[in-house]
Amino acid sequence: MVTTTVMSESVPSASARQVTVPTAIVAPGNSAPAPAPVMSRAIIEIDDVDFCYGASKALHDITLNIQERQVTAFIGPSGCGKSTLLRCLNRMNDLVDGARVSDGQIRIDGVNIYDPRVDVIELRKRVGMVFQKSNPFPKSIYENITYGLRIQGQRNKARLDEVVERSLRGAALWDEVKDRLHESALGMSGGQQQRLCIARAIAVEPEIILMDEPCSALDPIATAKVEELIHDLKKQFTIVIVTHNMQQAARCSDRTAFFYLGRLIEYAETRTIFMNPSNPQTEAYVSGRFG
Amino acid sequence: MSAPTTTARAIFGRPTFAKRMEQAVLWLLRLGTYFVLLCAATVFIDIGWKGGAVIFRGSAPFINVPFLTESPETLNVFELDGIKTTMGDRAFRQFKATHETALKGVRVDTYVYSAGGIFPNIVGTVLLVAGSVLIALVLGVLSAIYLSEYATDGPFIRFLRLSIVNLAGVPSIVFGLFGFGMFVIALDFGVSLLAGWLTMAFMVLPIIITASEEALKAVPKGYREGSLALGATKFQTIMTNVVPYALPGILTSSVLSIARVAGETAPIMFTAAFVMRDELPWQVQKWTDFFFQGVMALPYHIYVVASKIPQNEYTRDVQYGTAFVFLFTVAAIAMTAVILRQRLRKKYKW
Repeated sequence: MVTTTVMSESVPSASARQVTVPTAIVAPGNSAPAPAPVMSRAIIEIDDVDFCYGASKALHDITLNIQERQVTAFIGPSGCGKSTLLRCLNRMNDLVDGARVSDGQIRIDGVNIYDPRVDVIELRKRVGMVFQKSNPFPKSIYENITYGLRIQGQRNKARLDEVVERSLRGAALWDEVKDRLHESALGMSGGQQQRLCIARAIAVEPEIILMDEPCSALDPIATAKVEELIHDLKKQFTIVIVTHNMQQAARCSDRTAFFYLGRLIEYAETRTIFMNPSNPQTEAYVSGRFG
Repeated sequence: MSAPTTTARAIFGRPTFAKRMEQAVLWLLRLGTYFVLLCAATVFIDIGWKGGAVIFRGSAPFINVPFLTESPETLNVFELDGIKTTMGDRAFRQFKATHETALKGVRVDTYVYSAGGIFPNIVGTVLLVAGSVLIALVLGVLSAIYLSEYATDGPFIRFLRLSIVNLAGVPSIVFGLFGFGMFVIALDFGVSLLAGWLTMAFMVLPIIITASEEALKAVPKGYREGSLALGATKFQTIMTNVVPYALPGILTSSVLSIARVAGETAPIMFTAAFVMRDELPWQVQKWTDFFFQGVMALPYHIYVVASKIPQNEYTRDVQYGTAFVFLFTVAAIAMTAVILRQRLRKKYKW
């Protein structure tokens, strides 16, 4: 077991970040062959992470790298720790009493985000999040989009207008709502509300967007729209998506990580996970035999 | 048609004990509820009828304006040239100056507080309610935010909550004595608005803290997480995305406390209320004196005219008139809060 101290000495420098990291990390005990390296850098490096809720351990020795401007899907049965890991990436778990990363490091752009010097506010500006249950604020559509900028002190009307239009266009929502920007966001349909939450997240110009089962409450048509949106967004953002829906992972992700009981079982290119998984548990799960 | 067959009879059924019991219980519950209505109606109709007779007039301006705009006075009743005359104290003194000889030897009966009006009492009650609810809201909402958003459950917080619940169980007369010892004597505020405000604010704090905390907790977690995930600080999140949605609930707590504060007599009789005072609250030398003056108040006035002065046909009018105005004033203040709450509900609907 590598200790945290040793790990921190091996934090890559800015120049080292360009080096291609091994793209498939197989959980301990497995020896799957690594897929062909992809030419993009690892923006998030999760290094031997253990995570505890009080006394109970939710994640064991998770190690995986997430590539920039790709869609990475976390799949696995309920309670496998995929959402916990996702919420570690923008430190939303800080809100849970007794929850902590007990070992290992999570580095974004080479910076350990659990370093005491890290400003969690800055981190969350760079790592946006879309939640399972769409949570538009009970304010107007315009106020929802500009919320992130307003709390940062942006008061310039022209700038805010511009961001609203850009974000809504980015979330493929502009044409549907441009005439009712000042009406309550709660009057929108479920699918629109979730895309509004995506628009709200991209309005603060993050680098990474975390999505926690973003389509679980949506009908198939709304889901298709969100998936299409995810596809467009990866040109600009790095996306990590937790999903229960394996077809969704297969459709919209580049790489897939399969978790089971708090352990990373297999992590590889999505095609490999679904067509040719190296671990029998992964195969059983993706073929629907358990989970 | 022939008589019902055996199967049909089985469906029609016979009155069993359980069914009769069902009916009996239904009527018991119904009567219990109607009895409450009857009691409430009796009180309101009695005060409305007899009090209304004091307040309303058959001719223009249809309202007994002096009763609402003048201070309480002593009533003078005397018989002059065979005519029974009733006169307030101020009018009687002027009359006496000009009719000194005519009044010689005439028996004048005086009845305290039975003439004039209750204007200073209305003003005093409004001031007491406004000030104490404001202080209680500030303190209470701050505590509620701390308890709901920041405090992590532990022995100390459980003890704190227990203290708040216990505070709600303290009789108001004990609050009155506490306020007297603490604010009037130890802090040397004297019998004053400030002492009354603080005493009554402490009295309603539990209502406000509990209701506000519930209101804050009812705001969905998603709003907090959504805001934090956009890079807001916890305090920004609370101020922009939690407290505004909890405001209707917080205002509900203030409606309850308005009713409580306005109605209480015990806490103010030691701390803030005067039986009689000639100056109105804004007739002060310098602005700081405003906080350190005692006031007249409606509930205390009712107490005084109902139990501290000799009873006769003249005091009855004052009693009912004051009670009527008192109910109306409380209803009006509470209604303001209710309307405010409705507006906020419309604005932040979720």
